[in-house]
Amino acid sequence: MKTYTNTGNKDTRSGFGAGLEELGKKNENVVALCADLTGSLKMDAFKANHPERFFQVGIAEANMIGMAAGMTIGGKIPFTGTFANFSTGRVYDQIRQSVAYSGKNVKICASHAGITLGEDGATHQILEDIGLMKMLPVMTVINTCDYNQTKAATLAIADYDGPVYLRFGRPKVANFTPENGAFKIGEAVELTAGNDVTIIATGHLVWEALEAAKTLEEAGISAEVINIHTIKPLDAKSIIASAQKTGCVVTAEEHNYLGGLGESVARVLAQNTPTPIEMVATQDTFGESGTPAQLMDKYGLNAAAIVKAVNKVIARK
Amino acid sequence: MADIAQLENMVTQVRRDIIRQVHKVNSGHPGGSLGCAEFFVALYQEVMDRKERFDMNGEGEDLFFLSNGHISPVFYSVLARSGYFPVEELNTFRLLNSRLQGHPTTHEGLPGIRMASGSLGQGISVSIGAAATKKLNNDKHIIYTLCGDGELQEGQNWEAIMYAAANKVDNLIVSIDLNGQQIDGSTDDVLGMGSIRAKFEAFGWDVLDVKEGNNMKAVIEGLKTAKSKTGNGKPICVLLHTVMGNGIDFMMHTHAWHGKAPNDEQLAEGLSQNPETLGDY
Repeated sequence: MKTYTNTGNKDTRSGFGAGLEELGKKNENVVALCADLTGSLKMDAFKANHPERFFQVGIAEANMIGMAAGMTIGGKIPFTGTFANFSTGRVYDQIRQSVAYSGKNVKICASHAGITLGEDGATHQILEDIGLMKMLPVMTVINTCDYNQTKAATLAIADYDGPVYLRFGRPKVANFTPENGAFKIGEAVELTAGNDVTIIATGHLVWEALEAAKTLEEAGISAEVINIHTIKPLDAKSIIASAQKTGCVVTAEEHNYLGGLGESVARVLAQNTPTPIEMVATQDTFGESGTPAQLMDKYGLNAAAIVKAVNKVIARK
Repeated sequence: MADIAQLENMVTQVRRDIIRQVHKVNSGHPGGSLGCAEFFVALYQEVMDRKERFDMNGEGEDLFFLSNGHISPVFYSVLARSGYFPVEELNTFRLLNSRLQGHPTTHEGLPGIRMASGSLGQGISVSIGAAATKKLNNDKHIIYTLCGDGELQEGQNWEAIMYAAANKVDNLIVSIDLNGQQIDGSTDDVLGMGSIRAKFEAFGWDVLDVKEGNNMKAVIEGLKTAKSKTGNGKPICVLLHTVMGNGIDFMMHTHAWHGKAPNDEQLAEGLSQNPETLGDY
């Protein structure tokens, strides 16, 4: 089985900050807006180096989204930055009307997504944002897995004309995808080839899926791990091909099982190649305070939970 | 300045267009549309520096954003009468497969529309964004916006109003249609807002009143005065005192016609009060 090396834990939000700063140098049409979370979103370098293109909007997310939509008129490419909770649920109507329905080239960049936001607790831990965003017509939804991929995705979405939701997180996690790797929107990445089960993971759960695959290999189970960074448009072709090869699927995500990646994969399988599926996700619940590792364990969002789900789904084949 | 009588002729025709659009599909919002006919004609025929051909980016020209999208009948009429699309297309208002949706949208590609509106309270934010891009592009043109007065009850407006003053967005003129009416009654009865002038001034805007918002000369003068105040470090607010339903006597001074279409007899009566000037579509 192909193995991956963690080159050192890094936070995905810093990947976003690094990508944004690079875009600032490369593309003078890129502008950035932030709702009083510049440090948390790692937008400081862009702000320092391109002050004329940085817009501090204060704690006023609705105005930020509306402004971003307006800024596209005249050719700017706005990147908005705040926590995932305030990037989606708080401003759903503004995104729906002024960005998605109006077809504006706005990049909604959302940090601190999911339960690994940690100690701040459930008010800030959105586990519904993938569902909210994927339901909007024309919205592209991306959830990156590590620092390098988040940086690559940030660069890639600037070259794509259309609204994008880019989701990443707070904690330092394994950084294992190639530095300066290509990022193709809508293309699944096969990380390991396997024959017994397909594990389809997104975001922070991708590394956990690789850890699970190692454990499974020791038990004689060959797992095919697929990194789905783009939840919409979903790479149905890769999912169908892998499911037909292995005969069962586990999805893994830091999100409610209602509305998340798992449901999208289940739809593709049900319509094309009905396959047993188990979903590693939160079970229609809010989160709570705790460290990221404690929360991942309590809510069943880690390698151990994936191994358990694999054993369950293989038994259903 | 253009001949006032000619502009008033267009207003009369626009009133006919408004009630004919709404009557045909028995839906839409005639009251606020009628009250803003002079504003739209003044803006598109006299005040804005605009290009004949529509392109989304609108570089090198003034731009307009309608925040209270439900007054689409007046917007569509004036856009058509200003050459953005054929006036015959007003026949398709609110019909299936039309570019003239119930509320304005970019989605069907109607020339003249740069942003969907209808869900209220978003237009000032959008306009601030467009104004910021004008400045980044060294484009000296101005952003015009229209909001309803009842619409100011939406909180997003005040985020935007605060931002525009704090950041000296001085290439922006926001007009407020002060007709004092909203769906459920007068704005005072539904949710009294106190002095809108005092609120904008407290936020740091330069505010001016157009006391006769249905007097073409007064509207043009007010908007030109507003334009002369741009570039001085403050966003501009124009308080446009209008009468909902203006120009059709039985629709005036009441919220009853906010979102109600006239029947056949009422249409005939309304048209008789506004004789054809530029030709019906």
